[in-house]
Amino acid sequence: MPESSLGGENMSEEEKFDAIIIGAGPAGAACAYTLAKEDKEVLIIERADTPGSKNVTGGRLYTYALEMLDAGLYAQAALERKVTHEQIMMLSRDRAICIDYHDPSFNTEGAAPISYTILRANFDPWLVEKAEEMGAMVACGIKVNELIEKEGKVIGIKAGEDEMYAHVVVAADGVNSFMAQKAGLINDIEANSVGVGVKEVIELPAEIIEKRFNLKKGEGAARMILGCTEGIHGGGFLYTNKDSLSLGAVFMPEEAAEKRKSIHEVFQNLKMHPSIYQLIEGGETVEYSAHLVTESGYRGIPRKIYKEGFLMVGDAAGFVMNTGYSIRGIDLAIVSGIAAARAIIKAQDNAEVGPQYMQELHNNKVIPAMKAADGYFDILGTPWIYDKVPNLANDVFNSLFRVNGQVPVSIKKETTALIKENGLSVWQLMKLGLKGVRSL
Amino acid sequence: MSIEQMEAPELLSLNKFNVDEEEPHIVLDKEICKKCIEKPCLYVCPAVLYQLDKKGDITFDYAGCLECGTCRVMCKNHGIVKWEYPRGTFGVSLRHG
Repeated sequence: MPESSLGGENMSEEEKFDAIIIGAGPAGAACAYTLAKEDKEVLIIERADTPGSKNVTGGRLYTYALEMLDAGLYAQAALERKVTHEQIMMLSRDRAICIDYHDPSFNTEGAAPISYTILRANFDPWLVEKAEEMGAMVACGIKVNELIEKEGKVIGIKAGEDEMYAHVVVAADGVNSFMAQKAGLINDIEANSVGVGVKEVIELPAEIIEKRFNLKKGEGAARMILGCTEGIHGGGFLYTNKDSLSLGAVFMPEEAAEKRKSIHEVFQNLKMHPSIYQLIEGGETVEYSAHLVTESGYRGIPRKIYKEGFLMVGDAAGFVMNTGYSIRGIDLAIVSGIAAARAIIKAQDNAEVGPQYMQELHNNKVIPAMKAADGYFDILGTPWIYDKVPNLANDVFNSLFRVNGQVPVSIKKETTALIKENGLSVWQLMKLGLKGVRSL
Repeated sequence: MSIEQMEAPELLSLNKFNVDEEEPHIVLDKEICKKCIEKPCLYVCPAVLYQLDKKGDITFDYAGCLECGTCRVMCKNHGIVKWEYPRGTFGVSLRHG
C-alpha cells in the first residue's frame, strides 16, 4: 500500500494508487466512496483545511443521488430540512407574487424525500468521512499544482515537491477546473457561460423559520425568485436550513458589467425588498460567500471529458442543469462521481476507462437528462424575462385584485394594455410560450 | 444586529480568512488595467475588492477574496496576470457554505 502522506517522499511509478481524486466535493467523495467500497486504493486531495470549506451551494440536494451511492445513506447524512414547499416568487418594485406548491407525494412515509436543503460545510465533510470509512485516504490542505503526463497519458499529480502516481486521476476540482485545463481538455471559461452566485447565510431560530414559511418541524421551503436582478440575466434563491436561511442570487457577470451594476449592490437591494425583508427580519448574517456556476447546460459540457488516465466529474465537467425553476448540480456531481468509479472498476485496461465512463454517464442518465433540458438555455437567454415578465405578472395581479368601485375593464382588454405598457407584445409572449412547450 | 444593507468589508469580516502573506494568488499588471476602458472587475467582484483610487487607477487587495473566479473570467484585457487558487490551507474558510 502506498504511503498516505504527501510529506516529502515521492512514490515510485510502480506503487500507484488506483485513483487519485482532486477535490473533496460531492463528486470526488462519491467517486472515492464507490471505489473504496470495491477495495480500490484511492486518495482524495483537497486544497482546503477541511472538506466543504471552499464550497458553496444554493442550495439543495436531490436525494436520489445519495440513494444511488448507497440505499438508506441519506438517513445519516448531514442535511438541513426536507423540502416540502416548492416556491416561485416574482418581484417587481415593492410588489411580489409568490406561488407555493405543496405536494405530500414528494415526502411519503417510508420513502426517501425528494430533496433536502443543505449547507456544504456540514454535508461535504460528512460524505468524505463516509468515503474514509470505506477505506479511502484523504489528504487535506494540499493543492495539486500539476498533472504528470507521459506519452500523452496522465499518470499522476504534483503537489509542491511531491509526486504521486495513479492509474487514473479524477478531476473533481470544480467549476474553475485548472486540472482539466492542464490536461488540455478545456480552454479558459467563456464569460457568457457562467453565472456568479452570491449568498448570505442568515441565522434565525427554527421556530421562527417554521412560522414564517408555514412549515412543520423538519420541513423546508425552496424558493426561486425572478425579477430581483435589476434586469440582469439571473435570479434569486431562498432555502430554509435548520437554523438559518440561505438567501442569494445568481447573475450573468457579463450583463452586470455591461449595465455597470455592482452585483454586491443589487443583492443587498434584494434583502430590503419588503416581501423578502419580512422573512429575514431579526436574523443575523453569519456568512457571505460567492461561487461560479455553469449556466450553459448540455451545450456547455466540454467536447471531451476524459483522456487516458484522466476523467472529469461534477462541476469540472460542466454537469449543472438550470431550468429556471429547479437547479441541479450536487446530485449530478455525485452521480457522475459514481459513474467514474464504476468505469474505473469495470475497465479491463486504462484505455477503456474513458469510453466506459461515457457509457456509465448514459446509464446514470446524467447526459441524457442534461440533453433533455437543453432547450431551457434559449428561454433563459431571453433578456426580458428578468424584468418585464415579472413586472407584467405583478401588473396583471394588480388589475385582478384592485377593487375601487369603478366599472372594471375586461381582463382581456386590461392585460393586452399591460403587455403593451411593459414594452412587450402578445406575439413575443406566445413565441416564448411555444419555445417553453417545445423545450419541455 | 438586525438585517440591513451591508458594505462588502462588513460582510467579509464575518468570514474566516487565512491570508497567504507570502504569495498573493491574484496579481495584476496595473499598466494593462490603466488602459482597460470597461473595467468589468469593478462591478462583478462579489467582495468588491477592485476599486478606483482618486487618480482613477484600479486598487486591489486579494485578502478578502471569496475565490469565485469571476474576475478571472471577466478580465478580457488580461490585466490579471496571475489567478490561481491560494496555496493549500490558505484563503477563505466557509463555516456554512
